[in-house]
Amino acid sequence: MSRFRARVRVMPRPSILDPQGQAVSHALGELGFGGVADVRVGRTVELLLDAATADLARDGALKMCERLLANPVTEDYVLETVEPVA
Amino acid sequence: MKIAVVRFPGSNCDADALAAAQSAGADATFVWHRSTDLGGADVVVLPGGFCYGDYLRPGAIARFSPVMRAVAAHAAAGRPVLGICNGFQVLCEAQLLPGALVRNDGLSFVCRMVTVRVESDATPFTARYHPGQLLRMPVAHGDGRYVADEATLDRLEREERVVFRYVGGNPNGAMRDIAGITNEARNVVGLMPHPERAAETLLGSNDGAAMFALAAVAAGV
Repeated sequence: MSRFRARVRVMPRPSILDPQGQAVSHALGELGFGGVADVRVGRTVELLLDAATADLARDGALKMCERLLANPVTEDYVLETVEPVA
Repeated sequence: MKIAVVRFPGSNCDADALAAAQSAGADATFVWHRSTDLGGADVVVLPGGFCYGDYLRPGAIARFSPVMRAVAAHAAAGRPVLGICNGFQVLCEAQLLPGALVRNDGLSFVCRMVTVRVESDATPFTARYHPGQLLRMPVAHGDGRYVADEATLDRLEREERVVFRYVGGNPNGAMRDIAGITNEARNVVGLMPHPERAAETLLGSNDGAAMFALAAVAAGV
């Protein structure tokens, strides 16, 4: 068994209105930041996984995304990294 | 008739739902979310609240509570299930109803009286109403904006599965002003407004009381 750190990024679907992103965009404008064309707010989930291989850790993380971490109706997910933890 | 009101950690409209069911003449009891059976209930109510602190997404963690297996079996058997507010979110996460409920378009938590139109009386919970009837009930939610893809929305409309629609103002930006829907078999209903908080005239409206008076179910229809 080795330990791996998997990082998952979950973002609202582009077709779904993201009022949180809009509020942040508005606040950035108020603070004087120019050139902010759009803001979207998602979340990052970090998992520490014990698995025999990185591939198995990856498979497990993807199953977790499908079952719980992202809602397939409103969100997209990307498994960004699976790295061994020293 | 026996009504089970499920309590999740963070449910906060459970007592109101129980009171509304009792006022309607039902033998209503609480069922803890760790329970694996519904105590022989005829009807299940998933009440409002913020189960598991709405962590991850509202309803996302509650849907894996042990009791939800029993709720899914109850629904699959064609028996009535009502999800109110957070309960509606749980039913969507559990895929017992299509679509999802996301952050209100105005970002603010809305807590006020709204008017909804009954679009369908073909569910156990709306059999005592008539299509076109206007009901006044309060909403209290931060994540009540109903969303689904266009094909799902078209299908809901075509199959007359939109049960309630906001009129005179949409409090959360819900697609097609949808306040409540039902499943294909029409035994599972979810809605964002709170009928249990509109079950006594003293509370400003008793328009929601009839939702808990499921005479047809009691008679075994």
